[in-house]
Amino acid sequence: MAYSEKVIEHYEKPRNVGTFGTQKEIKERQDIGVGLVGAPECGDVMQLQIKVGDDGNIEDAKFKCFGCGSAIASSSLATEWLKGKTLDEGLEIKNTEIVEELSLPPVKIHCSVLAEDAIKSAIADYKEKNTK
Amino acid sequence: MSIKLPIYLDHAATTPCDPKVVESMMPYFTDMFGNTGSRNHSFGWDSEEAVSKAREQVASLIGADPKEIIFTSGSTESNNLAIKGAANMYAKNPAGSENRGHIISVIHEHKAVLDPCKRLEKEGFDVTLLEPGQDGLVTRKMIEDAIRDDTILVTVMWANNEIGTINEIPQIGELCHDKGIIFHTDATQWVGKMPTNVKKDNVDLLSLSAHKMYGPKGVGALYVRRRRPRVRLIALQEGGGQERGYRSGTLNVTGIVGLGKACEICAQTMDSERERLLKLRNKLESSLESRLDVVQVNGHREKRLAHATNISFGFVEGESLMMALKEIAMSSGSACTSASLEPSYVLKALGVGDDLAHSSLRITMGRWTTEEEVDYAIEKIVEAVNKLRELSPLFDMHNEGIDISKIEWAAH
Repeated sequence: MAYSEKVIEHYEKPRNVGTFGTQKEIKERQDIGVGLVGAPECGDVMQLQIKVGDDGNIEDAKFKCFGCGSAIASSSLATEWLKGKTLDEGLEIKNTEIVEELSLPPVKIHCSVLAEDAIKSAIADYKEKNTK
Repeated sequence: MSIKLPIYLDHAATTPCDPKVVESMMPYFTDMFGNTGSRNHSFGWDSEEAVSKAREQVASLIGADPKEIIFTSGSTESNNLAIKGAANMYAKNPAGSENRGHIISVIHEHKAVLDPCKRLEKEGFDVTLLEPGQDGLVTRKMIEDAIRDDTILVTVMWANNEIGTINEIPQIGELCHDKGIIFHTDATQWVGKMPTNVKKDNVDLLSLSAHKMYGPKGVGALYVRRRRPRVRLIALQEGGGQERGYRSGTLNVTGIVGLGKACEICAQTMDSERERLLKLRNKLESSLESRLDVVQVNGHREKRLAHATNISFGFVEGESLMMALKEIAMSSGSACTSASLEPSYVLKALGVGDDLAHSSLRITMGRWTTEEEVDYAIEKIVEAVNKLRELSPLFDMHNEGIDISKIEWAAH
């Protein structure tokens, strides 16, 4: 299958790979929101973590991804876009924007949907941890 | 020594033609182009002679009599002719009725066996598909337990195309002969690599293909036993009555000459090749197993073809693995239902990947595979798997002792 140049570029040099700690540690940290979406038997699992600063903006983002090249590129791109955004701005990122940026073919649209889900899920996790 | 990229490690899919094979075929395209059916001039006689020689070469490779070789377009046709032809010939009841007879096969056969069986099922035959255990091996005992009074045909591949497992063919053949049941084997991956003697191995019908043994594509053969028992088939293709009426159509003389030459070369080289490729395969497997954890060799560890391996790597997704290994031509069978990769029904049938997200590589070496190429493949695979595990949240969870199968995943 032919991948777009941007997908290959992200796949070869993924941005912001990593995690802010072990699964246990990040669960306890108040400044971190985690989104874990997808399923191993479907061939895609994305883990997206956001670190929110005192000003309420997304200071840093990291990802790990089990999936095809397009899934890796989608989550890599999502971390790039999230950095520096407010939570509300983060929620505005649409999968169609990811499709456009990476020139994803129709069969790979689910990768961008998954990335959007991961963003929403990470922000929701952060909000849940910080509401009392 | 520098190596030429890409590297070809997919010889179970197809093989390059041996230049000696191509050379043997050349005159039959131009100067000696006659139809073997032309009985009254030298053009026809030359072609007939060439086909006779090829028939002897094929027969000699598998221990058959030349009269027992029917040339076809390849294994798919051979399988169709053998299975449908035998079922219809030995049917207990006429076409259009029910209970026409029982056929035994195996769930991880090639589609070219399974689909003819499914067709027969719609036409009044009863088909049992056996499910072997985790090693994929089909034993005499499994067949024995499945045989019924109305069983007319057993079809079991000699060696599996995805995992290379070698089934108990001579033993199953003996059992079938004792019970008076026709026995067919799809030997596409076996012939040319392993010594074969259809007489001693108790095979009644055997399918083989030229392009899996350094011959041309589009030609193959079906062995049809003529003595003890004399096997008869109902032809699928009718017309000029070539190949004893079993396969009408002008003979593909060039292809048949190439198949014959390919068989001759395999007969001379298979023993040394097997030994050479086994060493390379062992090096490949032991290197990957020692340098990476959560690696699994699929299929029976001993009873398998020397040039083939099928390995699963945990926590790595198949398509991204292939993307990282684009300079190496291999076959990937992801055991999971990724949206883009078709799952391998063979690996699924073996129970591989029920609890572990992973991808599998089928690596099959051949006549021109060098040690340098294998070394290159080892380095690249280790590099790719490590890189993707670095990215894999599942590998992190595994390292933290989290059981992935216990997580409630939201399937999408």
